[in-house]
Amino acid sequence: MKEIRLHGRGGQGSVTAAEIIAVAAFEDKRFSQAFPAFGVERRGAPVMAFARIADKPIRVRSQIYEPDYVIVQDVTLLDVVDVAAGLKPTGKIIINTDRPREGLNLKTDAEVITIDATKIAMEILKRPIVNTTMLGAFCGASREVGLESLNKAISERFKGELGKKNLLAIKTAFERVS
Amino acid sequence: MSGKTANMKVVEGSYAVAHAVMCCRPDVISAYPITPQTHIVENLSQMVADGELNSKFLTVDSEFSALSVLVGVCAAGGRGYSSTTSQGLALMNEVLYNVSGMRLPIVMNVANRAIGAPLNIWNDQQDSIGARDVGWLQIYCEDVQEAVDATLQAYKIAEDKEIRMPAMVCMDGFVLTHVYEPVELLDKEKARDFLPDFQPDNILDPAHPKTFGAFADPSAFTEFRYQQFEAQQKSMAKIEKVAREFEEVFGRYYGGLLDGYYLDDAEIVIVSLGSVVGTIKDAVDAMRAEGKKVGLLKLRCYRPFPVQALRKALKEASVIAVIEKDVTIGCEAGLVTDLKASFYNSNIRTPIIGFAAGLGGRDITIKDIRNIVAKAEAARKGQQPEFEFLNLRTEIL
Repeated sequence: MKEIRLHGRGGQGSVTAAEIIAVAAFEDKRFSQAFPAFGVERRGAPVMAFARIADKPIRVRSQIYEPDYVIVQDVTLLDVVDVAAGLKPTGKIIINTDRPREGLNLKTDAEVITIDATKIAMEILKRPIVNTTMLGAFCGASREVGLESLNKAISERFKGELGKKNLLAIKTAFERVS
Repeated sequence: MSGKTANMKVVEGSYAVAHAVMCCRPDVISAYPITPQTHIVENLSQMVADGELNSKFLTVDSEFSALSVLVGVCAAGGRGYSSTTSQGLALMNEVLYNVSGMRLPIVMNVANRAIGAPLNIWNDQQDSIGARDVGWLQIYCEDVQEAVDATLQAYKIAEDKEIRMPAMVCMDGFVLTHVYEPVELLDKEKARDFLPDFQPDNILDPAHPKTFGAFADPSAFTEFRYQQFEAQQKSMAKIEKVAREFEEVFGRYYGGLLDGYYLDDAEIVIVSLGSVVGTIKDAVDAMRAEGKKVGLLKLRCYRPFPVQALRKALKEASVIAVIEKDVTIGCEAGLVTDLKASFYNSNIRTPIIGFAAGLGGRDITIKDIRNIVAKAEAARKGQQPEFEFLNLRTEIL
């Protein structure tokens, strides 16, 4: 079983991103589960969401404390949340930032992957909503979900022109980290 | 969850349950939105607005009104549905008794949540366990699929001529209402065959005037209570039967009143209910791999309380640990006290220890389950208190 923890701020679509991971993994014929860290969410407040992917039905319901992957949608969270907490040394953390990874001072032995998802989202979506772009990066860095399945999950969720733009954002991020 | 099928889809728990309710074709849905039940009734409201569901959707001023409306609906021969949680269920309390006293087979999903004060929106089961004496059947669900399936089953059980009792289908708030996981949504036509239209014996009808629940003096009140009590007892066989009938049509079965997991040769048995059962199963697997004879009894039906089935299933255990998300403030907690009471007049003298866990949304992990099993081992040597608040943070007391 692979466990993924997403960090974001209320309004950045972290829960939606977790849901899309679950839909894409199931599209890959694997079992999946996605759920928010249940809180009293407000726009801008730090939030978490979780996803699990496995080859058999997932029964465990606890939160994720030792993730294989961490996705950080907003680099300013590094000042207030220990985003790398419990991350497996063999795991990966994918951070949306324009800063070099050396200056991030993350307390982890896991591989750190940075991507300027905000820039990609602003260029393609014209909005600083990075959740789908970060999914492209997650897909490229982890290969835990197939790109085609991810695209299908995105197309079900975002229709028409918006869907197409999100697919382009995913592709761009996927290629950048691959 | 049973095996993967082609019809499975990743959806939110609340949507899946709303879809199941749609397949049950209630005449009237009457509800007041409250976290974490909100997504269930939002989805139903959407289905009615989109013409997918031909029900009357009533928004009311409170949960008290929500259920009161359904008393009228059901007494007039309609199928009624509501959903609530926590303070909402508490506010319904008076009507809960009226519904069961009038033998109205209303079905309600309870999105289990803690009750204030202090205010807490997170999951535990204080709300429905606290309503154990009101006469409603109570079924607890391990995952979203079970919540979907139990909703359809609940109408069939509740509306049975021999039973005619209301039912709560309890699913852990957030944990199951807000999770996205693979679910097989019910097939509308199969659900229609499984659950025909409601056929009431007695209805409010101006041409044939009748009174429901108006008055019973001391010469008759005991008999009304007795008949409710008997209907609950009879429902046990019906719950088993409907679970098997459901299996024939839909291919899924999770036990009727209860289910066992590695129970046959288990020395240490955990008894629990609701979504934590999934986490316990993973913990049992891990401990079995280490050679520990640990098993699980999942209680699906808490009301009626299946005394005989529990005695039979637990008679070989050498120690029992009950994990529940409620506390009876003043005497341990609901499930553990009921279990002890059900053993007293039998020859079972197995030590039973109880844990109030996961209160107000505190997470329960596999490590916690391992700790509980270690405490159960200590209990065999008399070295463990009978009842404990799991992971009590003494530093903030």
